[in-house]
Amino acid sequence: MTKEFQRSDGRKIDELRPITAKVGVVPNADGSAMFAFGDTIAIAAVYGPKKMHPQHEQDPVKGTLRCTYNMLSFSVSDRIKPGISRRSVEISKITEWALEPIIMIDKYPNMVIDVHINIIQANASTRCAGINAAAMALAHAGIPMRDLVSSVSIGKLDKQLVVDVSKHEEDWEEGEGATDIPITMTSKGEITHMQLDGKISIKQLKEAIEIARESTKKIYEIQKKALKEFAEEEKND
Amino acid sequence: MIETSKLTGERIKEYLSQGKRFDKRKLDEFRKISIETNISKNAEGSARVKIGKTEVLVGVKMDIGEPYPDSPNQGNLVVNAELLPLSSPRFENGPPKFPAIELGRLVDRAVRESKFIEFKKLCIKEREKVWTVFIDVYSINDDGNLFDAASIGAITALKNAKIPKYDEKEEKILRDEPSKEPLPLSKTIPISITIHKIGNNLVVDPTKEEEDLSETRVTIGGSDDTIFSMQKGDSSSLSIEEIGNILETAKKIWKDLYKTLDKFLK
Repeated sequence: MTKEFQRSDGRKIDELRPITAKVGVVPNADGSAMFAFGDTIAIAAVYGPKKMHPQHEQDPVKGTLRCTYNMLSFSVSDRIKPGISRRSVEISKITEWALEPIIMIDKYPNMVIDVHINIIQANASTRCAGINAAAMALAHAGIPMRDLVSSVSIGKLDKQLVVDVSKHEEDWEEGEGATDIPITMTSKGEITHMQLDGKISIKQLKEAIEIARESTKKIYEIQKKALKEFAEEEKND
Repeated sequence: MIETSKLTGERIKEYLSQGKRFDKRKLDEFRKISIETNISKNAEGSARVKIGKTEVLVGVKMDIGEPYPDSPNQGNLVVNAELLPLSSPRFENGPPKFPAIELGRLVDRAVRESKFIEFKKLCIKEREKVWTVFIDVYSINDDGNLFDAASIGAITALKNAKIPKYDEKEEKILRDEPSKEPLPLSKTIPISITIHKIGNNLVVDPTKEEEDLSETRVTIGGSDDTIFSMQKGDSSSLSIEEIGNILETAKKIWKDLYKTLDKFLK
């Protein structure tokens, strides 16, 4: 395997798609952000902390983080029927798990923080883009946080590991096919979310995690920069 | 953002009775409208419409379907609107409630009744196969007047929509092949606008604060001198004279709007 692996869009194997990150995209919300990996665009809005309704769902010990992930019907090539699906319910939950460790949720007993994520345009890695946008939106909302999280999907195409898989790569069929490994990490490298679909050896999976660590560091810097830029703008206004 | 307080409400009404608004607009003046098209590449057509701080996204998707028995040689139209919880603290998750249903239906009627889409040209095989056009409206930020933002978004998204390539032999839509074939649309462009009655005043393009005080409203789909669809919403009554004034206001607004929207509607 001396030959350099060719990606369909000409990226290097450890190269992320161009990232766009912006804070403050939904004026009504307490915090909001947009995050895009190339053609995958996610927006997230935070409402709260606010009193949890219905009351019986209140937790007197700690607050509740409630995430909803939703794809716009026209964000994919075959229209999806509006409303929730089993897939969106699962991704919503996984997003909560990815974000909760960084939020000082115990400061808000009986309260709820709502995070609404919408995918405007999809070209794979939508959950990762959603988590990245949500982390920024939470920071923008001024929720006390221990850290940010950054999410990336590592792919294995046949035998080759690549960073930030696109839709075209996700459909890889040659050799061992495609394995998709979305991973979310704090800036310190704690893993708060990890999934895998496909086939991979333990050795190579460990490599994939190391690659994710490097990629999430890059993403973290971009998220931080967008948040800082927003704070600067606010100051100058 | 909770409901407009009684005190603010009284002040808004007082202002309106003097022909003034908080943001210095005239009673029949829109906020700044900005439009961006092709905001979602996988859609056949799409648009982002901002009216002041209000923002909606509208996407057009097309799929092959069966015609209805009463229109065997015509394409179908399905319009859906979602009031995303992302866009306002007032919206909740769950099945669409009446405001979302009404929003979708008002957009539907303006498009359908004006015969803006030439549905006969969307027939592939009579009685068997036609194109279905889906228009999906999503609120991104609700600061009042989602009705008109949605209608402008639907028209502009349809204007830039392209019919996907279809392989009749294989009976397959070739989604990966770019298409340049525009949707067949009529020259008459329907825009639906909503006129609200607050106190004794007629107001267009209300902010959320103003919309909370609306006693009744009329949404009118049409262009220039022709009306295609109308709906009076909410329970306050209107005099014949008031309806007359509303129609005259609509006519004036259309004139202004067509100028603003001209470059997106070509």
